[in-house]
Amino acid sequence: MTNHWIDIRNADRIMIIGSNAAENHPISFKWVTKAIEQGAKLISVDPRFTRTSSKAHIYAPLRSGTDIAFINGMIKYVLDDMEKNPQSYNMEYVREYTNASFLIDPAFKLPADMNGVFSGYNPKKRSYSKGTWSYQLDSDGIHKKDKTLSHPDCVFQLLKKHVSRYDAQTVCNITGTPADVYNEVCRTFAESGKRGKAGTIMYAMGTTQHTYGTQNIRGYAILQLLLANMGVAGGGINALRGESNVQGSTDHAILFHYLPGYLKCPEEDDVSVDTYSRIKYEGKNKDPRSADWWGNARKYIVSLLKSWYGDKATPENDFAFGYLPKREVGKDYSHISLFETMYDGDIKGMICLGQNPAVGGPNAQKERKALEKLDWLVCADLWETDTANFWRRPKGDDLDDTVDPASIKTEVFLLPAAASMEKEGSITNSGRWSQWRYTAVHPPGRAKSDLWILDRLFKAVSARYKNQGGPIAGAILDMAWDYGTGDEPDVHAVAKEINGYDLNTGKLLPSFGILKADGTTSSGNWLYCASYTEAGNMATRRNGLDPTNIGLYPEWAWCWPVNRRIIYNRASVDMKGRPWDKKHPVIVFKGGASDGKYISRKWIGDVPDGGWYPLMNPDGTLRDDAKYPFIMKPEGHARIFGMGRVDGPLPEHYEPLESPLTKNPMGHATRINPAIKLWHEVRPENNKIGTPDEFPIVGTTYRVTEHWQAGAMTRNLPWLVELMPDVFVEMSVELAAEKGIKNGNKIIVTTARGTLEGIACVTPRFKPFKLNGKSVHQIGIPWHWGYTGLARGSSANCLTPHVGDANTMIPEYKAFLCNVNKKEVV
Amino acid sequence: MTAELSMLIDVSRCMGCRGCQVACKQWNQHKAEKTRFTGTYQNPPQLSPETWTLIQFIEPVDYDDNPRWLFRKQQCLHCTDAVCAQVCPTGAINKLENGIVYINQGICAGCKACVETCPFHIPKFDHHSGTVRKCWLCLDRVKNGLKPACATVCPTGAIRFGSRAEMLRIARERQQILTNQGFAPRIYGEKELGGQHAMYLLPENASIYGLPENPRKPTEKIIWRWLMGVIPGLAILAGIGSYLLKERSKSEAKTGGE
Repeated sequence: MTNHWIDIRNADRIMIIGSNAAENHPISFKWVTKAIEQGAKLISVDPRFTRTSSKAHIYAPLRSGTDIAFINGMIKYVLDDMEKNPQSYNMEYVREYTNASFLIDPAFKLPADMNGVFSGYNPKKRSYSKGTWSYQLDSDGIHKKDKTLSHPDCVFQLLKKHVSRYDAQTVCNITGTPADVYNEVCRTFAESGKRGKAGTIMYAMGTTQHTYGTQNIRGYAILQLLLANMGVAGGGINALRGESNVQGSTDHAILFHYLPGYLKCPEEDDVSVDTYSRIKYEGKNKDPRSADWWGNARKYIVSLLKSWYGDKATPENDFAFGYLPKREVGKDYSHISLFETMYDGDIKGMICLGQNPAVGGPNAQKERKALEKLDWLVCADLWETDTANFWRRPKGDDLDDTVDPASIKTEVFLLPAAASMEKEGSITNSGRWSQWRYTAVHPPGRAKSDLWILDRLFKAVSARYKNQGGPIAGAILDMAWDYGTGDEPDVHAVAKEINGYDLNTGKLLPSFGILKADGTTSSGNWLYCASYTEAGNMATRRNGLDPTNIGLYPEWAWCWPVNRRIIYNRASVDMKGRPWDKKHPVIVFKGGASDGKYISRKWIGDVPDGGWYPLMNPDGTLRDDAKYPFIMKPEGHARIFGMGRVDGPLPEHYEPLESPLTKNPMGHATRINPAIKLWHEVRPENNKIGTPDEFPIVGTTYRVTEHWQAGAMTRNLPWLVELMPDVFVEMSVELAAEKGIKNGNKIIVTTARGTLEGIACVTPRFKPFKLNGKSVHQIGIPWHWGYTGLARGSSANCLTPHVGDANTMIPEYKAFLCNVNKKEVV
Repeated sequence: MTAELSMLIDVSRCMGCRGCQVACKQWNQHKAEKTRFTGTYQNPPQLSPETWTLIQFIEPVDYDDNPRWLFRKQQCLHCTDAVCAQVCPTGAINKLENGIVYINQGICAGCKACVETCPFHIPKFDHHSGTVRKCWLCLDRVKNGLKPACATVCPTGAIRFGSRAEMLRIARERQQILTNQGFAPRIYGEKELGGQHAMYLLPENASIYGLPENPRKPTEKIIWRWLMGVIPGLAILAGIGSYLLKERSKSEAKTGGE
């Protein structure tokens, strides 16, 4: 989240899209409810009417996978309305804080002029060369701008041109949203664009799990920037993380393409700290008013190496940079790719810590089969998971007709793990708050914490290397690994290492601002530097004071970065440092002024995104010593035009890989995201893709309140199984009538990859979508079930395809093609 | 005199997460029921001796063709004019000064007079214990200054608990807010059956939530006729004596009764 949970209460408009917050993040509704009771309007956008929708003022249905059309239409509404009613928007914000005024290379072309792709596309490689997606620079290397926003090459005009094709009628023919409802959504959410008003977007996996999930979020970003909703209280783009500590695990680099603190993973051509820092981070900006914070990355990578390799990281050996694994440029080590590689027999072993891919992975039958290729599999979990149990899994829908265990060679180890309440440590919530938790009860039997398991594993691997040697043994043997002498590793030693030390004094560092690239500081994660200082463990703080009255609670736990509760908060004030929203000021400049000039610096409120002077003096003159508010971008401005993504600088509507439409309804020849990897073409075995003539119905998957993810934790709890005992399939009354299905009937769902048996939930909460007059049905299935545990049932992921987002490779769980039939009773 | 207590169930805030249902089972250590998905999220299908509170999932179908989804927490409403206590021939059902209507499992003879006469169909006969059981507003917690278990877990504040006067004050405040938002809210249980100790704030009419618009006690004649049929049976039951006592003490241990 750019903001945080409590901050939702400050919103005037809330749009929940790609999220069913009431069901999957019930606690968020404490704050949504509060906001509504203070007059906020809630908009729920979802293919089906959910428990979230039941509380909304406006419910807008949309066909799965059509968010970009939906949002681009909203952007068009806002741009059109801006022309008619500029006083209803914060044009200063758009002009000064975003890249709306920046001029783009005149050779850049939009999809309307390129048959659905942006300029630079190479169809053979299915990828873009981004040469034309760049700013025009003057002779000093400063970005050319047109503050009148009228130059045809400026971002604002390019955006306008791009979304002009997304009129409400076109949008509704794609999304299936009733036109009157859509217009009401546009009008209602656009009202948050007024100065002093705030609108928030809450999203989750319904947004991301598409082949253009990243572009979905880009759409939200553009909309929120036009409405001046970034950085302000009650605004932002708020990712509701699907597990309590997903934010923490992401911060600490659970993903393959990052090191801790979102430092980019080194690639094979990064031969030294110097090349890594220069190529990836340095010299990206020449504008003295841009802080370009990532320009500091060299300090962070060196401090990280000092943290990992201690005294063995020296200037002479380039701080042991050579030990870091380097990934092949552009190579993908994400979930689908790993399982495809495993299926090919190229991966020998796997450790699953609290993960259950046999239920949670897409194309689950293929992934279960891939597990057979492993020599060994280690699962650490609270219960025996479906993954740990894959060697006696059912062949098909009959749960008791299993594969022959004797035919599977994989050796499986099941390690009993401690639950979150059975161990001490930090947990970082979606709002970036790192909160310390204590051991409430000791783990049962021989169950151990993940920390214990990893510590023992490391020590065993290390001993093996010491005795027998091995390739790049130094990467293991030189590692600084000292977490005490007790049976349980000292979790505080880990937390302190993450914070980092001044290596000259041995003292814990107070802030990442003083990290150095010379090897005199360490930090296991620069973003968490300041979380555990000489003043103590900040994550344990429990002071409920709220001096700002906007719910920041600055001394409750700790928030990255540097306890900043709302990031980009310097966009919450005007150029002179005065808050747009006087009722909910995030920060306020309170420095002294003389003769119309600020003469001393002081910000109050939240920790500002840099404590520099405001951009403008009280007399309206610009200051040279000020910095633009979006400090994480080299140009200091938020990107409406975003050249960082691989699949386009602006979102364009494409269809899901499996879609009921055989053509892109935007009228061009590019049906699907042109930059995604097509697994079914490069690895056709067990990667079938369905067509609408055979599978005319849209399918989607989701979660319910009563179960947790792949279900191991909840399908074994009788009280929860009582609430949600069986796999069910939600469908409209109309579809059920066509198929002769009655509520409560057993049904079979089929896709090109597999089948699912479930119970029909026939409900008016699902409605067929009208697309250009044609009716398209959609169904939805919760994906929690598997073949192990107290409550068993078909896994919805036996239906989903191996295909992922172009940028992140997150699987497209949310839109696929299927068919539904009543189960014939024998 | 003990202050009257009450629960306030603000239906407008409930989003059907069912944390309350699980909290109830956990605190009272009730067994999970073996259920099946039958085409609705509501489960178990109805209250039972092991399920003292339940979220009803209601999907009105005939409303401008727009889907709606309503959630109501079903439980004992702890009436002042508690017909269950009035018809109980053994005196097992006590109306406490704080308003809680409580079935003493040690005395309940399982005659089901309360089951038959409750206007809300709340008390349920337990074939294992031979007694009738229902929500007791976590009397054991309340006596120790705690809120009922369900009220502690509600994320949106749809379940509140405190002095009845305070709950009424909050209900009126919320009623005003909902009125301003265009609803026609009703405080259900303020006056009904002498005033209840679990009140609802309903955004609209009661019948859509499956509640009687005007809950009434069965007429005395009906009650009397019914009781005449039960009393001879009771005499026989009493004769079984020692066996029943054993069962009672078991159930008493289970519910932590006084």
